[in-house]
Amino acid sequence: MTEAEPHLTVRGLQAWYGESQALRGMDFVVRRGEVVTLLGRNGAGKTSTLRSIVGILRQRTGSVVFEGRETVGLKSNAIARLGIGYCPEERGIFASLTVEENLLLPPVVAPGGMTVAEIHDLFPNLRSRGRTPGTKLSGGEQQMLAIARILRTGARLLLLDEPTEGLAPVIVKAIGEVLRVLKQRGFTIVLVEQNFRFAATVADRHYVVDGGRVVAEMTNHEIAARQDELKTMLGV
Amino acid sequence: MSGKPSSTPAWLASPRARELAYLVGLAAAGALLPLVVYPTLAMKILYFGLFACAYNLLFGYLGLLAFGHAAFFGLASYVCAHLVTVVGLTPELGILAGTAAAAALGAVIGWLAIKRTGLYFAMITLALAQVVYFYLVQAPWSMGEDGIQTGPRGKLFGVISLADNTSMYVVTLVIFLAGFAIVNRAVNSPFGEVLTAIRDNEPRAVSLGYDTRRFKLLAFTLSAAISGLAGATKAIVLQLANLGDVHFSMSGEVLLAVLIGGIGTALGPIVGAAVLMTMFDALAKTGAWVQAIQGALFVGFVLLLRSGVVGTLSGLFARKTR
Amino acid sequence: MFTIEILGKTYNSAAVFGQLLIGLINGSFYAMLSLGVAVIFGMLRIANFAHGAQYMLGAFVAWALLNLPELFPGSGLPSIGYWPSLILAPVIVGVVGMATERIFIRRVYDLDHAYGFLLTIGLAMMVEGLLHVRFGSAGLPYGTPKEFQGTFNLGFMFLPYYRAWVIVASIIICFGTWLLIERTRLGAYLRAATENPELVQAFGIDVPRMLMLTYALGVALAGLAGVMAAPIYQVSPQMGQNLIIIVFAVVVIGGMGSILGSIVSGFLLGLIEGLTKVVYPPGSTTVIFVFMALILLARPQGLMGRT
Repeated sequence: MTEAEPHLTVRGLQAWYGESQALRGMDFVVRRGEVVTLLGRNGAGKTSTLRSIVGILRQRTGSVVFEGRETVGLKSNAIARLGIGYCPEERGIFASLTVEENLLLPPVVAPGGMTVAEIHDLFPNLRSRGRTPGTKLSGGEQQMLAIARILRTGARLLLLDEPTEGLAPVIVKAIGEVLRVLKQRGFTIVLVEQNFRFAATVADRHYVVDGGRVVAEMTNHEIAARQDELKTMLGV
Repeated sequence: MSGKPSSTPAWLASPRARELAYLVGLAAAGALLPLVVYPTLAMKILYFGLFACAYNLLFGYLGLLAFGHAAFFGLASYVCAHLVTVVGLTPELGILAGTAAAAALGAVIGWLAIKRTGLYFAMITLALAQVVYFYLVQAPWSMGEDGIQTGPRGKLFGVISLADNTSMYVVTLVIFLAGFAIVNRAVNSPFGEVLTAIRDNEPRAVSLGYDTRRFKLLAFTLSAAISGLAGATKAIVLQLANLGDVHFSMSGEVLLAVLIGGIGTALGPIVGAAVLMTMFDALAKTGAWVQAIQGALFVGFVLLLRSGVVGTLSGLFARKTR
Repeated sequence: MFTIEILGKTYNSAAVFGQLLIGLINGSFYAMLSLGVAVIFGMLRIANFAHGAQYMLGAFVAWALLNLPELFPGSGLPSIGYWPSLILAPVIVGVVGMATERIFIRRVYDLDHAYGFLLTIGLAMMVEGLLHVRFGSAGLPYGTPKEFQGTFNLGFMFLPYYRAWVIVASIIICFGTWLLIERTRLGAYLRAATENPELVQAFGIDVPRMLMLTYALGVALAGLAGVMAAPIYQVSPQMGQNLIIIVFAVVVIGGMGSILGSIVSGFLLGLIEGLTKVVYPPGSTTVIFVFMALILLARPQGLMGRT
């Protein structure tokens, strides 16, 4: 694998919810076109990392450089406009919007996004469901929709928070397929996961997060050899 | 709330002692008040201060934004004026009857309103107070736009003439102190602790086994009754009950007094009432400016001084002595 | 003429239809105003008690535009009539609303609901008081536009053209606003922001600016209703004061924040009020409040509230 330029560089990222500190100096790098996972147990700081990168979690210090631009200090809408797509935990499908409205909601921030037709080819289940209220879809379909809607916008970096959580194995497999297609199309992806077996099927590299910082880094090749170490760190 | 232990001298540490100190202090201030302002204004400050304390019981300690307390104040004022004028009751009986009417109305409105919280609670109390207002606009006994002029103030217990302002003032002060003592006792009793527990976290209070609806209804009724006591006293003092007493702007004024003084403080409502009544008095001739200034006070206190005058001062004091 | 029986009593049909029609006209205003309150509450979670004052402001701006030559003698300003005012006044009131949101309202989003309520009460009192100081409390006349002078003879009553126009225009305005919110992309942003403003902002939308524009929209609706009210009711600083209480009751009955609910209950309560004037006249001023208390007891979320 060739050493591509860094797409996202996180250095010394700290973040707080009120008084309580969630991140204590996250450091990691994601290169262009890479799929990287943040692994870790509940409360390790994975979700907070994504929320800090997109600026939803505003109380943050340190450095997050995306495509050469510092984003700490920007508001979340400005960060999104730089080309970052965010798929939150619990999917964030809007109940008062139809499937089509949900899909078309995020504004286009850059040219080069996928067309609706391409998205429907990738997620055939969504094709005929346009008028259905968003939350009337099954959990798997909602997850597909949550990913689908950030593919239109021209965002080049996708942040996906536990896209497989609570889904049946067959759907998890389908999402894995989708991620591989997205990687082929050149998207850079940061994936938050608890399930390292799933992560190993899609990712290039893994960062293990604990106590609000990165405690280990491994490539996908190392994961088999270091499985015991990983299991201890993840508490599984 | 206020009253950090560190800011309080040892002899004031127990709530009982503090209550007593407040009462003595207020009695002394009340005795001196007529030296500073003319008697009618002094009496207005007292009855309106009592009204504000009653309102604060609900808004400050139970955290319920009621917006219809004019109904209790006004109904009591009308009932008292009517009974004194038409039936010929002595002033103290008129005041008692007015208070009882307000308590009864409070029990009914409270029973309906406490089923909801937040803005809905505000809306229900406002809506039901409007019903009372329009009832009094139309009812034959309330004399429409003119209101009820009671004529001479009569004799307390049929003996002591209230015609001169000094005796009237003393009576008003006694009523004020009694009402204040009741509110303050309720707030500092175990009953009051349950109220603040409900305000801070109602589900938790429920899980601790308190029948919160009963506490809310009791507090509401008590608040209505004391508001009525203030309103009935007003009818005797000014020899008049009129539509201004039940108008929703009266509900706004009592709320403003509490906001100015400090929500959930013991003395704040009285300070707020004094500020407001003095201002109304000073601006009486300027007409419409009063409304604009009242509005500006609402805006200013909401944006800049949410803990009110007393709340802010005691906060400063606590910081200095820490 | 024929008679109608309601609750065992017989009434002249002319009286019944006449009052129902008046109810429909009042209901047109209830609907337009509660619509704005519902939009603002739905998106900003602010109980906009200033809505009555903003309605009054719409009427006042229309009146002032008409009387520019008299208000500013020697300035050479023209008198601006009803039709341009129908656009201009809501825009002016909307811009004032935008400034109001920026300067005042936005500071209380994170506080308890009560503070938004108190703040907007204060703003209303300031505006009403200041206009009262400047223009007095007597109603200022605003003539019916000449296109609408005349009446329809409906058999049971004469319906002035202007009032017919108000009913039609109000239905169009309400339906238009409903379409805007339920069927357009902008509406989708608004609905989404109601559910999860953080996420909508993380998709690249400037939510604070959107809230400001939403407030301006709601306030402009009040201004528009004010312009339409000017020829019917007298233009005075207090004209929105009692109305706002009724409008709040309507919004609560419809279901706080429900757009459709506020429209339907606006017209419905206008009609109920009209009918009460026939059946039990003393109850007409209070029927809406009694109705509201009953609704809240039987169906706390309101007629069309979601949760």
